[in-house]
Amino acid sequence: MSTGPEIARPATPSMNDESSTPRRKRGVPEGLWLRCPKCSATIFRKQVEKNLRLCPECSHHFYVPARVRIQQLFDDDSFEEWYTELRSVDPLNFHDQKPYKTRLIAEQKKTGLDEACVVGKGYMRGRPVVFGLTDSAFIMGSMGSVVGEKLTRATEEATRQKLPLIIVSGSGGGARMHEGILSLMQMGKVSAALGRFHDAGGLYISVLTDPTMGGVAASFASLGDVIIAEPEALIGFAGPRVVKATVSSELPEGFQTSEFLLKHGFIDTIVPRTELRSEIVRIVDYCT
Amino acid sequence: MSAPLPLPFERPILELEKQLSDLEKQPDPTAVTRESIRRIRTELNKLKREVYEKLNPWEIVQVARHDARPKAMDYIELVFDEFVELHGDKAYGDDRAILTGFAKLGDRKVMLVAQQKGRNLRERLEHNYGMAHPEGYRKALSKIQMAAKFNLPVVCLIDTAGAYPGVGAEERGQAYQIALNLREMARIDTPIVCVVIGEGGSGGALGIGIGDHVAVLQFAYYSVISPEGCAGILWKHAKHADKAAHALRFTSKDLLELGVVDEIISEPIGGAHRNHRQMATNLHASLTSALKDLSEIPKDQLLDRRYEKFRKIGVFEETIAVGQA
Ligand SMILES: [Zn+2]
Repeated sequence: MSTGPEIARPATPSMNDESSTPRRKRGVPEGLWLRCPKCSATIFRKQVEKNLRLCPECSHHFYVPARVRIQQLFDDDSFEEWYTELRSVDPLNFHDQKPYKTRLIAEQKKTGLDEACVVGKGYMRGRPVVFGLTDSAFIMGSMGSVVGEKLTRATEEATRQKLPLIIVSGSGGGARMHEGILSLMQMGKVSAALGRFHDAGGLYISVLTDPTMGGVAASFASLGDVIIAEPEALIGFAGPRVVKATVSSELPEGFQTSEFLLKHGFIDTIVPRTELRSEIVRIVDYCT
Repeated sequence: MSAPLPLPFERPILELEKQLSDLEKQPDPTAVTRESIRRIRTELNKLKREVYEKLNPWEIVQVARHDARPKAMDYIELVFDEFVELHGDKAYGDDRAILTGFAKLGDRKVMLVAQQKGRNLRERLEHNYGMAHPEGYRKALSKIQMAAKFNLPVVCLIDTAGAYPGVGAEERGQAYQIALNLREMARIDTPIVCVVIGEGGSGGALGIGIGDHVAVLQFAYYSVISPEGCAGILWKHAKHADKAAHALRFTSKDLLELGVVDEIISEPIGGAHRNHRQMATNLHASLTSALKDLSEIPKDQLLDRRYEKFRKIGVFEETIAVGQA
């Protein structure tokens, strides 16, 4: 790759951990103790971190930062990150309450990531795979030009190297507003690349995590040969608040959860995080 | 022409139009009256040109959404010589927000896929304001696939505020169906021309928007999110939609500059809603020429060309020269 191999390092609490990013409900907020949003238990933060970011009481799936997810899924030190020199610019000169450029810098500081997307190649129990991930902490995991480009290149590389492709999606933001129409077009770009990968017989496993919405759900996240979701993730096209405002009535119980999608036939299986790596490996072995 | 709703920036035009029609109604006009009519006509044309040259992005959104703006059904009547509607998505139901069927453009036979907002309240309700459910996107895709089977080029007319954000749409896989359309439209082996005729609302527009030639009408817009939606999130209130409209850079000029569209189709002076016939003529000419050009591209190059067209969209920096693994 252009930038030479870079081995993903274990997250340091100050860089890649939620400790630097006090998140509202879904994350692991700052402090020694935290309250589980599902069972309301007060739990020791370190215990959650040691336990795949699961609540020890009820197995609530907390947010997982990119680097931690890579550690969870890949054989030790086997992940090589690609295209690390790609950086977002500000093609629209976009300025809402703060300039997009300022926002990017703030998000980089907050998450320790260059962008919302990490791609590369690694080994899962000895099996080589091309991997992509969107981190919902970086501008809501939204897709702009860099996210689209990284995922497209990774897909093209998986096609060339004839390797399975695994993408773990986390995006509340869908297509990134700050890059306007260019973000919308990334949906087409990545999907077209996945079409070629599909034609070449490649295996694509899409893993949906909380939340996977909008333009991410309506492009690469929904195009897996096999689609896996973590339990109780929010997954859908339109945000629940938009839907609620449109239909002006209460939403059905469990609307837009992983379980809802499974019931309606739009995902293949729900896999708890404890089993995620072995399930991916099992599917890879069936298809390759 | 049906009476357009008064847009604030159109008021001076409407006043002058009123003056003109009053004068024109006079029986046995004197030479002075005839002279006034001539003068006002000239002035009116000049005024329309001036007002429409200076429209800001938020005003353009209002023109694009104008009730009297020609809708897909107008173009079906004025641009195409025949329309043989095909209703079936063969899975769930007939989504009236997207019309599909065989159509004739001069002597060229095409498959037409058109988002239909409706021209009056009855039609708008019937067509769900052009906001499609998954079955609409599924119907569109299946007809485009059939077009390839029978060597027919495809024309997609895009005009939607967005894919419908409802409970049923989510239950029936709105995200999945749009994603599938993106992937499949990128690899369907027949020429596809897409034209944004009014609103190009996000994923709902893109779901029938992958093609070899993408055009936009002069006062249409094509955006990742509605200006109201964007303002609600980034400015914390939809009332800042005008600010969002400026920031999003979604006017036809912007789209051409950003490399997202290939062509801007001119509108009649004062906007398409003032002259449906002229607009239809312009659209007819553009479609005819695009389809002719695409028919000359060798079959084995068409899909590579379409892939590259979308592949190169995006703006970013890469600090080290591009290399490959
Ligand atoms: Zn719990």
